[in-house]
Amino acid sequence: MEIFWVLGIPLLGGLLLALFGTRKDAPEINSAMSFFTLVAAVALTVRVISSGSFSIWDEQFFVDAFNVFLVALTAFVGFTTSLFSRPYMRIEQHHGKLTVNMLRLYYSMYQLFSFTMLLALLTNNMGILWVAMEAATLTTVLLVSLYRTPASIEAAWKYFILCGVGLAQALFGTILLYFAAERILGAGGTALLWTHLNGVKTQLEPTVLSLAFVFLLVGYGTKVGLAPLHNWLPDAHAEGPTPVSAVLSGLLLNVALYAVVRSKVLVDGALGSHFAGNLMMGFGLLSVVMAAFFLSRQKDVKRMFAYSSIEHMGLMTFAFGMGGPVATFAGMLHMTVHSLTKSAIFFTVGHAAQKSGTQLMDNIRGLIKTSPTVGWGLALGTLAILGMPPFGVFTSEFMILTTAMHAYPWTMPFLLVALGVAFAAIFGRMQMMVFGETTGERLPHPPALIPVFLHLLLVLLLGLYIPPYLAAWYRQATALIG
Amino acid sequence: MNPITNIPFTAQIINMCAAFLLLIAFSMLSQRRILTLINLFALQGLVLSISTAVVAFSSNQEHLYYSAGLTLVLKVILLPWILHRLIHKLNIKWDVETMFNIPTIMLIGLALVVFAFNLAAPISQMSGTITKSTLGIAIASVLLSFLMMITRSKAVPQVVGFLAMENGLFFAATSATYGMPMVVELGIALDVLVGMFILGIFFFQIRVAFDSLDLKHMEKLKED
Repeated sequence: MEIFWVLGIPLLGGLLLALFGTRKDAPEINSAMSFFTLVAAVALTVRVISSGSFSIWDEQFFVDAFNVFLVALTAFVGFTTSLFSRPYMRIEQHHGKLTVNMLRLYYSMYQLFSFTMLLALLTNNMGILWVAMEAATLTTVLLVSLYRTPASIEAAWKYFILCGVGLAQALFGTILLYFAAERILGAGGTALLWTHLNGVKTQLEPTVLSLAFVFLLVGYGTKVGLAPLHNWLPDAHAEGPTPVSAVLSGLLLNVALYAVVRSKVLVDGALGSHFAGNLMMGFGLLSVVMAAFFLSRQKDVKRMFAYSSIEHMGLMTFAFGMGGPVATFAGMLHMTVHSLTKSAIFFTVGHAAQKSGTQLMDNIRGLIKTSPTVGWGLALGTLAILGMPPFGVFTSEFMILTTAMHAYPWTMPFLLVALGVAFAAIFGRMQMMVFGETTGERLPHPPALIPVFLHLLLVLLLGLYIPPYLAAWYRQATALIG
Repeated sequence: MNPITNIPFTAQIINMCAAFLLLIAFSMLSQRRILTLINLFALQGLVLSISTAVVAFSSNQEHLYYSAGLTLVLKVILLPWILHRLIHKLNIKWDVETMFNIPTIMLIGLALVVFAFNLAAPISQMSGTITKSTLGIAIASVLLSFLMMITRSKAVPQVVGFLAMENGLFFAATSATYGMPMVVELGIALDVLVGMFILGIFFFQIRVAFDSLDLKHMEKLKED
C-alpha cells in the first residue's frame, strides 16, 4: 500500500498542478505534495527495514534494501528542493524571467519528474524501468528549456537527442535481455521481472547477456553522464533553472546508475566473470579523469559543478564496478552524500547567481560580505564535495580509494591525480567567490538556506558517525548487489 | 524441390516486408524533402504493422495483433498526422534540405548493414522464431536511422530519424522474441507519443529563439 502512495502522490500532484499551477499558492502545493511523498517513502522504508523485501501487484513492483534507500533519498531531496525552489522561483518571476504559465509547467513537471524517478526505482520490470527512464528525460526536457533563451533551448535539444539516442541503446539491451530470459522463463509478462531474472541468472545465455550489458551500460550510462557520453550534462545543468540542476545532479544520475547496477547483478550471475565490473571500472575511471581536467577550464559556476557531478558519478560507477562488500558499501554511501552535498551546493550557487545576476565565476565575488549565509553554505558545501574530513564524502572516497589500492593498484595514479586536479580547480574558484573583494550590495531578499544546512549537517553526521541501523541497512543492500 | 518453396508462405511475406523496411530506411537516408520524408515514415509504420500482423497469424501470438494495431494507430495515423500539422503550421512543408555527399552516406549505410548482419548472426542462430533471419535488417534499420540523425542539420528530419529508430527497435523486438510484454509495449508507445507532443512544442520554441529550424545555429554551447 505504501508503494501506491509513494507513486500516487507525485502523479496526482503533477496533474493537480497542471490544472491549478497558475494559482498564487502553487509553490506551497508543490512542497506539500513532495512532503506527503516523503512521508509515504519513510513509511515504506520503515516497513522494508522491519520486515524485509517484498513485491506487490503480480510482482510488478518490488522493494528491497537497495532501492528503498534510493527511494528515501529521492523523496527527501525532492522535498528539500521544492522548499528551496519556493522563494527561488518567485524571485525569478519578479526578475521577469518567468511567466505564470511557465511556472505552472515547472511545478507540474517537477512532480511528474519525481513520479518517473520513483517509478524507475520501484518497478520490478526491466521494460518499465526503461519506460520510466525515458519519461524522466521527457519531463525534464521542458524544464531545461524553461527560460526559453537560445542557450537553454540548445541545451534542452542536445539533452533530448543525446539521451534519446542513448536510451534507444538501452532499449535494445532490454530486448536482448528479454530474448535471453524468454528461453528460460517463457514468453509473457514474467520474463522481464527482475526478481525472476535474478532467480535464473546463472542459466541465462552468457553471450547474449554480455552484449545486452554493453548496450544497457552505454544507454543508461549516457544518463549517468559517463564520459564520453556526458556532453548533454554540463549544458543541461548550466542552462536549466537551479532547482532542476539540483534534482538532475542529485537524483536523476543516481537513478540511472541504479539501472546499471541492477543490470550488472544479472550479467555477473550469467557470466560468472568480472566482465561487467571491468567495463564499469573503465567508464568510471575515464569519467573521473576527463571531468577533473575539464573542471579547471570552466567559467560558469553551474557548469563547473556539473563537471564535478560527472567526476563523482564516475567514482561511484568505478566503485560498483570493483564490487565486493567494501566498495559497494562505499558506492552507496557516496551516492547518498554526493546527492545531499551537490544539491546543497546548487542551492547556494542558485542564490549567489541570482544575487550577482550572472553565473560567471569572475563576476561572483565576496559572498561572505554581501550574504554571509550563502557564502558559508558555498564554502562548506565545496569543502564537503572535495572530500575534506570530517564530511561524509571523505569517508566514502577513502573507502573507495583504499579498496582500489588493494585490488587495482594501477588505478591509483589516475584517481589521485584527478582528485588533486579537481581539488585545486574547485577550491581556488570557491575562495575567490566567497572571500574575494566585492562592491556588491547585500542580498535584498532572505535566501532559503534551511535545506542547504540540513543537507550539510546530514553529510557531516554521516562522516562522523554512521548509525548502526543505517550501516546494517547498507550492508543488506550490499549483500543483494555485491 | 526448389529451395525457396521450402520456406512457408507467411515467412516469405515477412522476409519481403523486412526487405521493404531496409529499402525504406535507405530512401529516408537520402530523402531531402521533408514532406516525402514524413510519408516514408508512415509507409515504414505500415509495413511494420503488416509484418507484425503476419507474424501474429503464423505464430499464433495473440498479443502481437494488439501490437500491430497499436503500430497502425500510432505510427501510421497519429504521428504522421501530428508531423503533417506541425510542418503545415511551421510553414516548412515544401522545404528541401541541402545535403552533400549522398553517395558517401549511402556507402557508409551499406557498411552499416554488413556490420548489422554480423552483429545479428549469433543471436538469430539462437532464436527460435520464424522471423529470426530479419533481425539483421532490424539492427540495420536502427543503425541507418542513427546515421540519418547524424547527417541531418534540421530539426524535423532529426526527429523523423529518431522515430524511425524506434520503429527499427520495435522490429528487432518482434523478430527476436515475438515482441516485448504488452505492458512494456504500451509504455513505450506512451513515451513516443508524449515525446512527439513535447517535440512539437519544442519546434516552435526553437523557431522563436533562432528564427529557423536549422540546427546549425545551435553552436553556442561548446567547450573552448
